[in-house]
Parts: sequence; structure tokens; C-alpha cells
Amino acid sequence: MARFQKNVIQYFKENLGIIVALLAICIFLAVFPKTSSIFLSSKNIFNVLRQIAPNVFLACGMIMVIILGGIDLSVGMVIALTGCIAAGCVSRYGFPIPVAFLVGILIGMVVGMFNGIWVAKTTIPPFIVTLASMNISKGFAQVYTGGSPVRVVNDEWQFLGAGYVGPVPVPVILMLIVLIITAIILNKTQLGRHIYAVGGNPQAASFSGINTAKVKFLVHTYSGIMAGLAGVVWASRMYSGQPTAGDGAEMDAIAAVVVGGTSMAGGSGKIGGMIIGAIIIGVLNNGLNLMNVNTSWQYCVKGLVILLAVFTDYIRNRKG
Amino acid sequence: MKSIAAKEYIQAGEFMSEHVLLQMKNIHKSFPGVKALQAVDFELRAGEVHALLGENGAGKSTLIKVLGGIYIAEEGEIFIDGKKVEINNVNDSHENGVAIIHQELVLVPHMTVAENIWLGREPGGKFVNFDKMERDTQELLDAYGLDFKADTLVGKLTIAQQQMVEIIKAISYDSRILVMDEPTSSISDKEVSFLFETMRTLTAKGVGIIYISHKMSELEQICDRVTVMRDGTYVGTEVVAETNKDALIAMMVGRELTNYYTRDFLNEKTETVLKCENIADGKMAKGASFEVHKGEIVGFAGLVGAGRSETMKAVFGLSQGSTGTVYLDGKEIHIKSPVDSMKYGIALVPEDRKLEGLYKVQSVRFNSTIEVLKDFIHGIFVNAGKEEEITQKYIDMMATKTPSQEQQIGNLSGGNQQKVMIGRWLATSPKVLILDEPTRGVDVGAKAEIYSIMNELAKSGMSIIMISSEMPEILNMSDRIYVMCDGRVTGCFSHEEVTQEKIMSLAAR
Repeated sequence: MARFQKNVIQYFKENLGIIVALLAICIFLAVFPKTSSIFLSSKNIFNVLRQIAPNVFLACGMIMVIILGGIDLSVGMVIALTGCIAAGCVSRYGFPIPVAFLVGILIGMVVGMFNGIWVAKTTIPPFIVTLASMNISKGFAQVYTGGSPVRVVNDEWQFLGAGYVGPVPVPVILMLIVLIITAIILNKTQLGRHIYAVGGNPQAASFSGINTAKVKFLVHTYSGIMAGLAGVVWASRMYSGQPTAGDGAEMDAIAAVVVGGTSMAGGSGKIGGMIIGAIIIGVLNNGLNLMNVNTSWQYCVKGLVILLAVFTDYIRNRKG
Repeated sequence: MKSIAAKEYIQAGEFMSEHVLLQMKNIHKSFPGVKALQAVDFELRAGEVHALLGENGAGKSTLIKVLGGIYIAEEGEIFIDGKKVEINNVNDSHENGVAIIHQELVLVPHMTVAENIWLGREPGGKFVNFDKMERDTQELLDAYGLDFKADTLVGKLTIAQQQMVEIIKAISYDSRILVMDEPTSSISDKEVSFLFETMRTLTAKGVGIIYISHKMSELEQICDRVTVMRDGTYVGTEVVAETNKDALIAMMVGRELTNYYTRDFLNEKTETVLKCENIADGKMAKGASFEVHKGEIVGFAGLVGAGRSETMKAVFGLSQGSTGTVYLDGKEIHIKSPVDSMKYGIALVPEDRKLEGLYKVQSVRFNSTIEVLKDFIHGIFVNAGKEEEITQKYIDMMATKTPSQEQQIGNLSGGNQQKVMIGRWLATSPKVLILDEPTRGVDVGAKAEIYSIMNELAKSGMSIIMISSEMPEILNMSDRIYVMCDGRVTGCFSHEEVTQEKIMSLAAR
């Protein structure tokens, strides 16, 4: 119990900057006239959580890749690819819907494995490898759909992205499951330790008998699976697979991870911070929508808030 | 090849004049919670090499950073040529003729020697006059007898050559006060003698050199005077010729270290534990054969580049396509990876702590247990109590000084980092422990502790292979000594028969 208490205190200490930032945004939205009536309603809170779910999926893969010292740029376009193919499986080939979702996730995994093989077996930087697979995925999505959305008009299809279990949206449940799995992998398994070791010092890791190639492969595969999951959830919510879905989604995932205090240099990073990072970005999107700020300005505000959140931590760390 | 005997060098003290080049008086500097410097005095005369001696954390680097304008002292005065100067930033320091050659070289590997030397002050105004730059550089290189060209990429040079580039760069700034921070820690004996000659050339021109080193043996070779620091305070200044090693060590640690080397040598011949034949990796290791007995410390001596580390890496399973036969307890074993090695009870503590060992941003605990995760992680269940217990066991065994297990290892001193590294590998319960340069960059106190632990381990029946470039360490710790040259074993001596000359004659053939 003492250890649990220590961990909780540690958690608040480590993430103080972004927790304060999140609270500040929430308080502002709760008192701002235009948003005060809606923002704290349970409907809106669930709405925010549902909206951030795909980003959390991506961020769960992204945090591992970043701890490893790399980056995965392909995930945004994998959302488009997997969503389109899953939708196509239903509307074109008449697959049962659960099978279609599974196919989508598998396609994501295949892209992840493709990234993983290149990163593990060559010294080509992950930035380049995933930049390539991002374009390849985008291309395939366009070819497969001919550029227009693949519609699925079916209630069962919607369950994953827009359905509810009791009052709780399905994506929120999925998000909790994925967070728990990712947290367990990172904190409770040998693989998790190996990820931190390879990211912190790849040469030392090979001296320690860690199969660095295998770790890199598994991490990229995991990121691909997460992107596939995000893809099918997204397509389910939108009633369709869209070749333009997920454009720029990789950047929101990177932002969540980085705002959460993970260093781009690799070797360190905690999923607890990442969750707050994802919530900050979600609340910000939601708040700006409620305030009717036009989307162009939303980007500017989001950019500044990301910088500010990271800057407060920078100031704190420099003093400590 | 020059012998490393002291008399081959130009007599120390020859160029030291009475002219005081630099005087630092009553320097104070503190950081939150630590008084890093308290009333420190330091004096450097023209033409002298002045050693700055002290354990890690004694305040040597802080003092140097004050001189270099990286830190600003809270109290105290600095005089250069008798005139009081203010050093508030790095530029002030440059303008007053101070140049610092850091332990970690700060050259740009993708630029040429000339570009590095003139970086930030390229001749020719807006458009760089590359011809002039290279011509001037080449003249300097020739003047100091350096055998590389001005247009060579720095990344292609050896560490020793890169050091020379740093020195030339300092000279090109007309620096008269040169600080060298452990310049010999990663270069071979031959390169060391060249470095020392260059240093003598500089002092002959009136340059004063502040020399930081952990190697006591270098003091009498190259240094004229020595200033000792301890715990951020000034202990004293001595003329090297009038003092001795034991006295200096006593000044450094504040007590007499009676047993610097602890070693109870083996009396009888024990059974062979590890036998390696024709170990080669297709590159540096070219067919080395050797054997290690139970409870023995076997030293591996040789010049840098003799293939000692590479041979051990090949045995350990870190080299692709290595060949040779390895027998453990008389049975042939096949090692394909470090995992196999650990399974057979062979451990290797690597040479370059920073590059090959430390997970710098992680805790002492993470660093201590990374090899033995399977002892306390089963599936998704982490036995945190066991993890702490293992960590604590090796902190205690190695007498590692750390505020807590959660401490980031990057914040510990070199000696304590090394202790964690050794502890990490001891946790795998090895039969054969390979230590590659176990005391590099480690202060004398920690060194003595590491020697004593090695002795205990050997007495308990562990077989230890120690690669070392420090002759005293090899001579005082090893039951037997293998000498390597050009990837092969060129000889083997017992503790009784070995001398430094015998080793050198086989190391440099």
C-alpha cells in the first residue's frame, strides 16, 4: 500500500506541469459563458473520451516507438487504408462484420511488420521507413477506393465506433482495455524493460543479451495493430471507409506522447503522462468546437498549447 | 616504439619559469545543496605542466569550468600575467588565452581538420578562403610533426589524432593556458608518448598546461608540479620530483591507503575452467588462444588496437561470423549470442561504460537488474520486492554510493557507475567474469575498492579475465598475464616472472 501511495505522489510530481495545464483548460471551459452549460455534462465528457479514443490507440503504439528512439509516421495513413479495406470487406465482399474489423486490424499489423522488418534489419532511420510506408498506405487506400468513400449502411457496423454498452461508448471501453494492455507491456513485462533498454542504449542492450532486432520488430508491429484498430473504429463511426481519414493523425499521437513528457531521444517515457497529453488535446479540440472557433484557428491554438505544456515541464526540469 | 620509462622524456621542470601565468585566488562556487569549491587557490607558471589531482567530485572540473567561463565563481579573483581579469563567459576565457581540451572531444566529424580548427572564424570574410585555411592548417600540422592532412575528415582520424587537432586548434588561438582533461584515457602508450612530446614542445614556448589525470604514473613522466583537491577544497601544491605517489594519494583521500592493490595470489595450480582456441572475428581478433583457471585473475595486456576487447567480444558471442573453439570445464560449448554466454556462466563488463553499458536516463535499479529480469518478472507479474532485494544486494556488495535505488545512474560518479555495471553482471552469477578496463575513469578510492572486490570474487572461486591498459593494475592484480599483439597472443607470464619490460617487448612487435 505504501508503494502504491508513493507511486501516486510520484505520478503527480512528474506530471505536475501538464496536470495544471489540463485543469486550467477545463476550468476555463467550465466558466466560459459559451461553453459552461455543456462542457461538464456527462454527455459531453463521454463525447470527449470517445473522440480521443483513436488518438489514444495510436499514441499507445507511438509511445513505444518513441521510447525505442524512433517514430512511426505511417499510422495516420494506416487509418485510411484499414478503414477502407474493412468497409470494403462488408460492402463489396459481404464478409461478416466482425471478420471485416479483424481484417482491418490485420492489415494494420502487416504494415507494422513491414516497418518493423526494415527498422530491425537495416539501419535506415524509422523516420524514413515510416515516411515511405505512410505514402504506400495512402496510395493503396486511394487505389482501393478510387478516391471516394466506401459506405456501409448497417447498424451493426456502427457498434465499434458509435455504439454504447450501458451509458459508456464502446470506443471508451476499447480505449481502457488498450491502455491497460500497453501499461502492462511497458511496466510489467520483460519486453517492456527491453524496450526502455534498447531505446536508452542499443549497444548496451546487445551486450545485455537483448535481441534488439526482435524488440524493434515487435514494437512496430504493435504500433501497426493499434493503427489498424484506430482505423476500424474511425470507419465505424463515420459509416464508411474514407481514403482521406486519419490525415495528420500521427501528429496528434506524437503530440500526446511528447506533451506527456516522453523524450524524443528515446529511453524514457511514461504512459501516465501520455494519457494526460491525449486528454489535453481532446479537451482542446472539444472546447474549441463548442466555442465555434473555426478550424484554421484551432490549429494555431493547439500548436501553442502543445508548446506551452511542454515548456512548463522544461522550466520545471531545468530548475530541479 | 618508445619505452614508457620516464627517463626517455625531456626532464620535467626544464621549461618552468618563475613567471606566474595564471593565479586563481580564494575561489568559491556552490550549487543547490553542494559547496563545489571552497576557498580554492591555484597557480600556473609559464612553461610548466601542472597536474590537478583529486578524486571524482573533488571539484577539479568545477574549477576548470570557472576558468573556462562556463561557471561564474561567487567569490574569488583570477589574475593572468599578474593582472586581474573578469571571466564571465566562454569568450572572456578565450580572449584571455585559455583553451580547454575536454575529455569528450567536441569536433565535428563530418568536417575536415582545417574546417574544425577555424570553425566560427573562417578566414576570408563572407566567402571562406578555403585555400588559405588549408594552407595555414597544413603548416601547423607539419610544424608539430603530425602525419595527417588538413583536408582529412575528422571522423576518419583516431581518437589520439583528434586530440592533436584540438591541441592545434588551441595553439591557433594563441592560447597560453591549456587545460587537458584526462587526455590519455583512451589512447595507446605510443600515442601517449607523442602527446607528451607535443606537450613539451608547447611548454618550451612558454605555454602553461593544466593536466587532469587519474593515472599517477603519468605524473612523474610529464608534470612539474601538482595541486591536490579534496571535497571542493584546496589541499596543497607539491613539486612532483620532491613527493611520491603514496603521499599524493594520502592527500587525495585524506587518509593513508595502505592496501591500494589487494590480491592474494593463487598458490597452487587449479583446474582449467575456460579454454579458448583460435578465437578470430575476421577483423581485429586473429586467432587468439588462452585458458583461465578456477579462482584466477588473468590479465590481458597489450596496446590499444591489439584486439583484446574484440577477442573477448567474439568469445562472448557479440561478433558476427567469429570462429574458434571454446571449452568450458573441458566440454566444448557453442556460443552464438550473449544469452548463450550468460547461460554458460560467462559475463562481460564492457570497456566503454557510456557507450556499451549505461542506460543513462534510467534508475540504478533498472541498470542493476536488466540482465536478470527473469528472476523477478514472470509473465505480467513483477515481484517488486525481489527486484529491490537484488538491487540492494549488489549495491551493498560493491559498496556503491547512491542516494537511492531510484537515482538516475547518469548522476552518479564514474566510480559508482562502474560498480553498478560490475554488480549488474555479477547478478548473473557468472563462473567466468570478463572485465574490460574495469577501472577506466574511476577515482583512486573506488579503484582500490574494485580491486578488493575482484580479489574476494577470485578467492570465492570465480575466474576473472581482466583486460587493462594500466600497467600497474596488470602487474599487481594478475596471477597470470597474457600479452596480445595484432590479434594474437604473443606470450604468457606468471605473476612471479612478469616485468613491465617483458610485457612491452611482446606487446609491440
